[in-house]
Amino acid sequence: MNPTPPLGTHAAIPKPALDQVLGALRDAGYTLVGPKVADGAIVYGEITGIADLPVGWTAEQEAGRYRLRPGVPGRLFGFAVGPHAPKRYLYPSTATLFRTRRTAEGFEVLPGEEAAPRYALVGVRACDLAAIAIQDRVFLDGPAPDPHYRARREAAFLLAVNCLEPGGTCFCASTRTGPRCTTGFDLALTELDEVLLVEVGSEAGAAMLAAADWRPASAFELTRARRALAEAEGRMGRTMDVRDLPDLLYERLDHPRWEAVAARCLSCANCTMVCPTCFCADVVDTSDLTGGEAARVRVWDSCFNHEFSYVFGGHLRPNIRARYRQWLTHKLATWIDQYGVLGCVGCGRCITWCPAAIDLTEELAAIRGGEPT
Amino acid sequence: MSMTAVGPVPPAPHPLQPHAARLVTVTPEAPGIATYVFELADPALRARYAFAPGQFNMLFLPGIGECAISLSSDAGEPGRLAHTVRAVGSVTRAIARLRPGDAIGLRGPYGSPWPVDRLRGRDLILVAGGIGLAPLRPVVYHLIRHRPAFGRVQLLIGARVPADLLFVSEYQAWRAAEIEVIETVDRADETWTGRVGVVPVLFYQLRPDPRRTAVLTCGPEIMMRFVVYEALARRIPRDAIYLSLERNMKCAVAVCGRCQYGPFFLCKDGPVLSYDRVEPFFSVEEY
Amino acid sequence: MARPRLAVYKFSSCDGCQLSLLDCEDELLALAGAVEIAYFLEASRQALPGPYDVVLVEGSVTTEEEVERLKEVRRQAKLLVAIGACATAGGIQALRNWADADAFRRAVYPTPGYIRTLDRVRPLGDVVLVDAELRGCPISKRQLLDFLAAVLIGRTPRMPAHSVCTECKRRGAVCVMVASGVPCLGPVTQAGCGAICPAYARGCYGCFGPMERPNTGALGDRFVALGQSRDEVARAFRGINAYALPFAAAGDRFARSDIEEG
Repeated sequence: MNPTPPLGTHAAIPKPALDQVLGALRDAGYTLVGPKVADGAIVYGEITGIADLPVGWTAEQEAGRYRLRPGVPGRLFGFAVGPHAPKRYLYPSTATLFRTRRTAEGFEVLPGEEAAPRYALVGVRACDLAAIAIQDRVFLDGPAPDPHYRARREAAFLLAVNCLEPGGTCFCASTRTGPRCTTGFDLALTELDEVLLVEVGSEAGAAMLAAADWRPASAFELTRARRALAEAEGRMGRTMDVRDLPDLLYERLDHPRWEAVAARCLSCANCTMVCPTCFCADVVDTSDLTGGEAARVRVWDSCFNHEFSYVFGGHLRPNIRARYRQWLTHKLATWIDQYGVLGCVGCGRCITWCPAAIDLTEELAAIRGGEPT
Repeated sequence: MSMTAVGPVPPAPHPLQPHAARLVTVTPEAPGIATYVFELADPALRARYAFAPGQFNMLFLPGIGECAISLSSDAGEPGRLAHTVRAVGSVTRAIARLRPGDAIGLRGPYGSPWPVDRLRGRDLILVAGGIGLAPLRPVVYHLIRHRPAFGRVQLLIGARVPADLLFVSEYQAWRAAEIEVIETVDRADETWTGRVGVVPVLFYQLRPDPRRTAVLTCGPEIMMRFVVYEALARRIPRDAIYLSLERNMKCAVAVCGRCQYGPFFLCKDGPVLSYDRVEPFFSVEEY
Repeated sequence: MARPRLAVYKFSSCDGCQLSLLDCEDELLALAGAVEIAYFLEASRQALPGPYDVVLVEGSVTTEEEVERLKEVRRQAKLLVAIGACATAGGIQALRNWADADAFRRAVYPTPGYIRTLDRVRPLGDVVLVDAELRGCPISKRQLLDFLAAVLIGRTPRMPAHSVCTECKRRGAVCVMVASGVPCLGPVTQAGCGAICPAYARGCYGCFGPMERPNTGALGDRFVALGQSRDEVARAFRGINAYALPFAAAGDRFARSDIEEG
């Protein structure tokens, strides 16, 4: 049995020893979720060990374009984020809030979710850790904390990875949410050529690392990791100038650029679905044919959807111009007033996964560059 | 951060779960509009429940849905929860089919109230359009209870046609309590001998003292736009004009995102907001 | 209270949407208990006369006889529901609205004089008032049951106005356009199917018809950027819902500019 590393330890393990950590997590009752290749992309899914990771794969990412490519052979985490975010495991896209059953007196209310699954999320990047911290504020710090989110969140183990291969649409260096994982993880890996450096962020992380043959990382290894991260910070595919937000956007709600982007935007909602911080939801009622059994189901919704802004008498944002403006100003302006931080973590998913190749960094730059109207 | 304990996490009741309540009485008010009084089933909860004028409840019917409805009754009698409802949607039409004794789900109260305590000593102009009078009625009751604490009170009420005027049978009692009730209709009929015209026009006959007057308004957004315009024209300060804004909402606890209005969640920061806070967005088209 | 009376009628169509009703194996008994199935020739020879509370109508209108028959069905229906792309938009057969039907007739039938059709294939809504639409080719059994449950208990039926992408991403499917360059009508097509095709790595072919205010022009331009010819873009819009207005307009726009360019 290895000694348990103290909190804050920077350890080193041989790459194959990651399987020992994953095995320990499995033995502790966690369902392992990590990156894997499926349907032409690196997605999140259930994994059992290193063999399921996209070993040696990477991806080219541009606005509206994603292509899997062979990367550095043997590299476990040589790619940036794919279309899935941890959101889908902590805040699932469809969840039964509660059910009802007709009784003699009226109806009784029954619980929706039985028990929260325990996920160990493997390969979570700094941008996604920042996104989780944001969703914590949304779901746990509001007037009525969400017990479903809380249960999944508290049960989750976060095995993070420092990004050394930023993607073509990444800009976490601009939003100051990466590429290094600074907080909010149980364990954080840095992948060097022959070893994995492991930073211990929690007691739970320490307990899992103890299952592997770890040793303290050398000063040389730590310097190499620091350099690699500094270099990654300089290789972001995108940048975003976040100065003067939110006021910049509040002053330019009538900017002609909104009309211009609306001509290209499909209002298809992909950006909001892949966004790791977007939280808007609809609540749908379902029932059997008699109404005896019914349920209230929460599903991901989007400010791009036509029904989203409906009030009796009409749609408040009846066109794409108004909807795109709502989305961008929420992400980059009103979010700051609501939660004290940007709603954007620089992960670039909305750029890559926009079927119309719209790039929010470009839109913001255009709105910033033009004179206010 | 993770907890070290491992095992299934038991579910807690979701905040969107309603409390059991029962319909007590129904009072027809106008074509398609009635006031429904509900009572919470649990006596302990009933004793604990309190609301302030301007707040709302979420009303739920299984398999049908849920919607936000303002309380229209006296906050001094919190056991009797009146909601004045127009049957226009799935839930409100189903509410209209309920009979006394029927079960309903209810949760609340939610939202920011009219700031009646901060307005003590002031002259008040209340401006209601259509069913917008419902969330203002608790203010009227509050003023009647505490009449000496307030200055001059004028209540401007607008409806499309005379039959749409709400709570008409109470106007006499309100006037007796020295609340000046001034009604107008957009379109008169043969029974109508009163004023004809839209509500904001009623401002022309008011001579408010801008230093001591506050305006509280609820109604269609276009009406409130003109109310704000008229109030500002009379130099009433921006922070003394209060609006009750409406957006579709699904959760009432600031997580569904649908009721966002600029930085505000209208379920939590609203529905009542002072004009100085909403001004940057109020004039933006389709915001 | 008497059970609501349900009828199912068919016009020019393949019967696939009616079959969706029979496909509701598990729920069919419950349905038969909740409503009186008064007229449904695909399922039973018993044909009770109207009026009916809910009438599901499949198929497009292609002959004068069908026009008259549909008007009679409308008279018997409290709630007339168009089911499937033929009923809501004319279906695949509406492609002949862009062609010379006489030429087809002469090519196919030995005695074309016996064949009489309308000059254009019509969706039900061109002929009578339609109270509700269930989209799809075929319709979704889940949506049909949800619709009937909603009608039976007084909930406003939930017909999404948003894109297939919303459903596609909720189920975690990878965008085929972005990851593989496959043209996909998902961003302009109404949700309801559950994003079946993209989940199997195929582009959506729009069988649920246009969503509310679809930006078809921008999507077509994007197809061109992905390497499609304008003619191919026109054909993508001219599918099962070719005659639905936004798709028809987009198809015409890309077909026409092909001619202008050529």
